[in-house]
Amino acid sequence: MAQILIANSLAHGFVVFLTAENNWSGDIRQAAVAADDAAAAALLEAAQAAEAGDQVIDPYLVEVTVNGAGPEPIEYREYIRAFGPGVPPPSRQNSS
Amino acid sequence: MGLLKNGQAVADSYTDVSEHEVIGDTVAGAIIVSLQQWQEHRDALLERSAPLGIVLRSNEKPELIRSDLSHFAVIALDFPTFRDGRAYSHARMLRERFGYQGELRAVGEVLLEQLHYMQRVGFNSFAIASDAALRDWETAAADMSVWYQPGADERATAVELRHKVG
Amino acid sequence: MYQYDEFDSRLVKERAEQFRRQVQRRLNGELTEDQFKPLRLMNGLYLQLHAYMLRVNVPYGVLSSRQMRKLADIARRYDRGYGHFTTRQNIQYNWIQLEQVPDLLNELADVEMHAIQSSGNCIRNVTSDQYAGVAADEIEDPRIWCEIIRQWSTLHPEFSYLPRKFKIAVTGSPNDRAAVQVHDIGLRMHRNAAGEPGFEVIVGGGQGRTPHIGKTIREWLEPEHLLSYLEAILRVYNLDGRRDNMFKARIKILVHQIGTDKFRQLVEAEWAAIRDSELQLPQAEIDRIAAHFAPRDYPQRNDAGDLLAEQASQNAAFGAWLKANVAEHKTPGYAIANISLKSLTAPPGDITAEQMDVAADLADEYSYGEIRVNHRQNLVLPDVAQEQLFELWEKLAANGLGTANIGHVSDIIACPGLDYCSLANARSIPIAQEINARFQEMDRVHEIGKVSINVSGCMNACGHHHVGNIGILGVDKKGKEFYQFTLGGSSGRDAALGERTGRGFPAAEAVDAVENILNTYVELRAADEDFLETYRRVGMQPFQEALYGTA
Repeated sequence: MAQILIANSLAHGFVVFLTAENNWSGDIRQAAVAADDAAAAALLEAAQAAEAGDQVIDPYLVEVTVNGAGPEPIEYREYIRAFGPGVPPPSRQNSS
Repeated sequence: MGLLKNGQAVADSYTDVSEHEVIGDTVAGAIIVSLQQWQEHRDALLERSAPLGIVLRSNEKPELIRSDLSHFAVIALDFPTFRDGRAYSHARMLRERFGYQGELRAVGEVLLEQLHYMQRVGFNSFAIASDAALRDWETAAADMSVWYQPGADERATAVELRHKVG
Repeated sequence: MYQYDEFDSRLVKERAEQFRRQVQRRLNGELTEDQFKPLRLMNGLYLQLHAYMLRVNVPYGVLSSRQMRKLADIARRYDRGYGHFTTRQNIQYNWIQLEQVPDLLNELADVEMHAIQSSGNCIRNVTSDQYAGVAADEIEDPRIWCEIIRQWSTLHPEFSYLPRKFKIAVTGSPNDRAAVQVHDIGLRMHRNAAGEPGFEVIVGGGQGRTPHIGKTIREWLEPEHLLSYLEAILRVYNLDGRRDNMFKARIKILVHQIGTDKFRQLVEAEWAAIRDSELQLPQAEIDRIAAHFAPRDYPQRNDAGDLLAEQASQNAAFGAWLKANVAEHKTPGYAIANISLKSLTAPPGDITAEQMDVAADLADEYSYGEIRVNHRQNLVLPDVAQEQLFELWEKLAANGLGTANIGHVSDIIACPGLDYCSLANARSIPIAQEINARFQEMDRVHEIGKVSINVSGCMNACGHHHVGNIGILGVDKKGKEFYQFTLGGSSGRDAALGERTGRGFPAAEAVDAVENILNTYVELRAADEDFLETYRRVGMQPFQEALYGTA
């Protein structure tokens, strides 16, 4: 199962993904996709180093499917983390 | 390990023997014993001439030594983790209810961020991980200058200051 | 309302600067996340699903228009242009950056607000009746005592590392709008035979995974002993509350395990030792705080009931709003106007920065510059002249704030759920919005009448599902969202925990289930019965038959 590594940036808190260049990006399409467990372990190791270095918090691996648009988390919770709340923010239009 | 007492970094003259199997005469000078050691070896400990201290774990209430307070020059209260807040209540009991006036020492996970709370409940010495950052501790002690609650220290509460006569 | 003096101001300023240093120590690696987390939590900063979330206290639900404008300003400059009012009279911002929090807290301090202890294992924001001081049914104004509790609980040196979080609510009215029986401590004000006010003290209520209705441990407490009695309860809890299992660490578990009588004995013994200490409030301090809540000098007005009836007959939409959203004021000619934050275009409790400004402007124009926040995630303008209600409503409606559904089927409490919250197992907001969409026909909403629907996205119960007349709990079942129903809950004077109907429903069937329950009620109700009264009379069975068929 393909996996990517997700975390929150320490300084601003937003969701970030570990990239192939060992950087962090807010764009899931930039995420490094680990095809096997060995590659995933390497991602986790790199992320834990970033955690120890106070760059990110709470890094962990997430299972994804990969299609033309890039990786997509399988679990619904992780999907929402990656793509934002499923409901739009409030607007002032009255409905009633 | 450093010791901060009344705002100064000082050398710790006590040896903590609370984890030792036998106290015996192996340690000379001032010692800190556990509650169990105190209860089991009370007479022997009282025969020693050096100052005596006791450490209470967070699940050991100070009522257990209420009648023995005069024997202790130091009472250390342990924070097994900074999240365990029982010793704050124990400290106030010792100071405010039992009238203990000796050294009250915070040991265990004692962090800068909790210093002002500890001072307010009556601790006057702190076993800290390192005394290198002493300046940080001085800053931390001065973090807050307003307190709403009466405590075991001398600080005036906001209520007292508001209604001070004269 | 209360105005900070030099001591209050200095405290919140110093606290913001202290947090600035703590953030710096975290960013430069002197503090680990493990050490920093409780510090940021005690300043209201969580890490949620997408970002940091900051929870700002609105003490006992009272806001000035100036404060509301600052909340709008913060939403615009530090967040994404909106905020979320919670079931504890607080406001949450969903997209806050850690680096910016110290500046934000400093700006809040400028308008006498803070986020101190809005999270963490400490005494949380004290909550109260959103109609405090103006309600026609009030016995005593609870705000004075709430402010006294706010100060006493702020940075309490002994009670900042409790076994678990601790929530106190106060009501001064027999019609409990503050849900005091589901708080760690609930205080209900009474008057004795001599006409003096005092407190009934209720402990051990709570929701979450082990809901309990609180138990009265003292029928009568003189006000001057309030703080010593609270301190005695907190000390017993701090020392004897469980610390080995966070799910059993709330005071409700302690009270339940040792029994109410034993708990009362412990508290009374502790109280005996401290009741005459410095904690006894000097009358001068009580008077000082009470002066901030002195009744307004309302210009005399006549009751405008006839005018309102005429306006309502000419404009059905206004009539519906008047009926649902306006409550009785203690002063003739005045009214309490509720602003629903449950329109179709917003998650429950969400409000845009522009709407916050509108609410502030309207408070200045119509309600002495004061706004209240209630635990059902709505706003209140507490002091409106009856004859100005119509123009107030027109302006609210023009800004998406005129929804006429307070206390009705679409006035749904919902936690943020899985769309925002890192603890959630299922979504709450879409369920609330789908119910709202299903019940858009206002005649039908008003035909159904008073009912509370509360939705939680996990068993922590932030959406108060246990005490909803209809409670909905989202659970995760093998990767799919399911919604379990409870019926008969109430957070009022007659507080009760809802009863499970049976198996849950998949998301696609949840709204049908709500409709089914409500249709069953409408069929069975007698005369003027509301949902809860009918449920209490007929019991669970007809609802189960409607939901699951007869066996």
